[in-house]
Amino acid sequence: MHELAPVSPFVALAYLIAGILFILALRGLSSPATSRRGNRMGMIGMAIAVVTTLYTHDIASLPEIIGAILIGGGIGFVIARRIAMTAMPQLVAAFHSLVGLAAVLVGAAAFLNPGAFGIVDALTGQLHPASRVEMGLGVAIGAITFSGSVIAFLKLNGNMSGKPILLPARHLINLGTLAAILGLVAYFTTDQSPWIFWTVTALSFVIGFLLIIPIGGADMPVVVSMLNSYSGWAAAAMGFTLGNSAMIITGALVGSSGAILSYIMCRAMNRSFLSVIAGGFGAESGGAASGAAAVDRPYKRGSAEDAAFLMSQADSVIIVPGYGMAVSQAQHALREMGDMLKKEGVSVKYAIHPVAGRMPGHMNVLLAEANVPYDEVFELEDINSEFGQADVAFVIGANDVTNPAAKTDKSSPIYGMPILDVANAKSVLFVKRSMGGAGYAGVDNEVFYMDNTMMLLADAKKMVEEIVKALD
Amino acid sequence: MDFISILSIFVLACFVGYYVVWSVTPALHTPLMAVTNAISSVIIVGALVASAEAGSAAAKYLGLLAVVLASVNIFGGFAVTERMLAMYKKKERK
Repeated sequence: MHELAPVSPFVALAYLIAGILFILALRGLSSPATSRRGNRMGMIGMAIAVVTTLYTHDIASLPEIIGAILIGGGIGFVIARRIAMTAMPQLVAAFHSLVGLAAVLVGAAAFLNPGAFGIVDALTGQLHPASRVEMGLGVAIGAITFSGSVIAFLKLNGNMSGKPILLPARHLINLGTLAAILGLVAYFTTDQSPWIFWTVTALSFVIGFLLIIPIGGADMPVVVSMLNSYSGWAAAAMGFTLGNSAMIITGALVGSSGAILSYIMCRAMNRSFLSVIAGGFGAESGGAASGAAAVDRPYKRGSAEDAAFLMSQADSVIIVPGYGMAVSQAQHALREMGDMLKKEGVSVKYAIHPVAGRMPGHMNVLLAEANVPYDEVFELEDINSEFGQADVAFVIGANDVTNPAAKTDKSSPIYGMPILDVANAKSVLFVKRSMGGAGYAGVDNEVFYMDNTMMLLADAKKMVEEIVKALD
Repeated sequence: MDFISILSIFVLACFVGYYVVWSVTPALHTPLMAVTNAISSVIIVGALVASAEAGSAAAKYLGLLAVVLASVNIFGGFAVTERMLAMYKKKERK
């Protein structure tokens, strides 16, 4: 079907090798020990793909191309060096948007100059129908990735409220737009008029925007993973258009990677992917009932000195970090606290919930940044049984992921979500800015009012710094 | 390449992706997203073809713009992944 310019076997082989190096790059991430070698393989793979492409094409415009690579590469490199680790979720969202836009541009270039891509039928002088479908879908997915990621970026970066924005009849609008896009792509196979191509592109930009605005801040781990997946499918669709194995292999890898991460995140919240995508979580009045009953309940408030004393007397402390730790940049102070406790002979471990933070693995990166050894950091299923033997659970900036209502209250919006059983520890120290403002899900947390809980009401970083001082 | 061989590569790569990604440790999920981001910029291959081929000035400039965007991602993505991975350290054994 595709009559691409005859590809020399060496060129095809080079793209295949690039694809294999990308697989090895991901494989390296199975352990921190092999991960950097994996990343280097990814770099080599990319270099092979780029050099092979340049080598096999007319190099008259080489200076311009090198210039473009240097400009882009320079910008990317500087951003990567300077970005704060806490800003990683928005950086990843911004990068996704670039992949999406690049896919749209490549699709548009292929539409304007199909001869260059070898996708023109020699007899009719028109685009191959199969190429039109691939191109249409690639551009559509790319555009959705772009506008969706821009919204995700604005929400994560705080330029836009993290609250869901709900349009009336949004499901109808969204389904209608999606149907229109698919219909037009199908029609595109019979009629290759430019208006169809550009309408598909424009509608896809709109739907990407509409899909993400109703989704609230704490569902962003799913959104970011999903957009990650889309950026992969966009690359794969373009790979089909170009008949390029490196792009197809990579697209499939990235697409499945994002899909699996979305699945893991959804499972960690006990929500279906569809309910997350439908959006609106945290906006409904679902939490109001349990929240209203909770006004003015008695709780114990403690000071940094109390917390320091309690922890220095303990045998074991488990620290549970959440998004609040990232917001107040408390990870360095927290590691210092951990070090001082270890000097006192206390065993210190960290427990991470899969959806803590705003992207998969967010907490792990921040703790790594603060030099917390990764073998002290445990995933939910590996550490949850240990809370029963722990003397102190130190919760910092996490809330919903510790809420026992997820196990007991069937009417709770977070019912069924796996939680960290901090309530089982002998005492719980809960660092929180104030008693007002329940967690993201708008549900009150029983743990606040338990006899063995001490609330440490302050900014997370300040509180931890004071505890460090008191431990001294 | 004909459509069926391309499709075979795609389907097999999806399976490879599925098994490889499940083997990634959850602690490295953020670097995973950063590196997948970098490698999905292999779309630069398409952008290079568009910029290198004569025939349409508009296509060429769209291609060059795509090269810039994809390069931001490639360099930025790999560099930030490298920076993150360098931070993961094991406990110092005494």
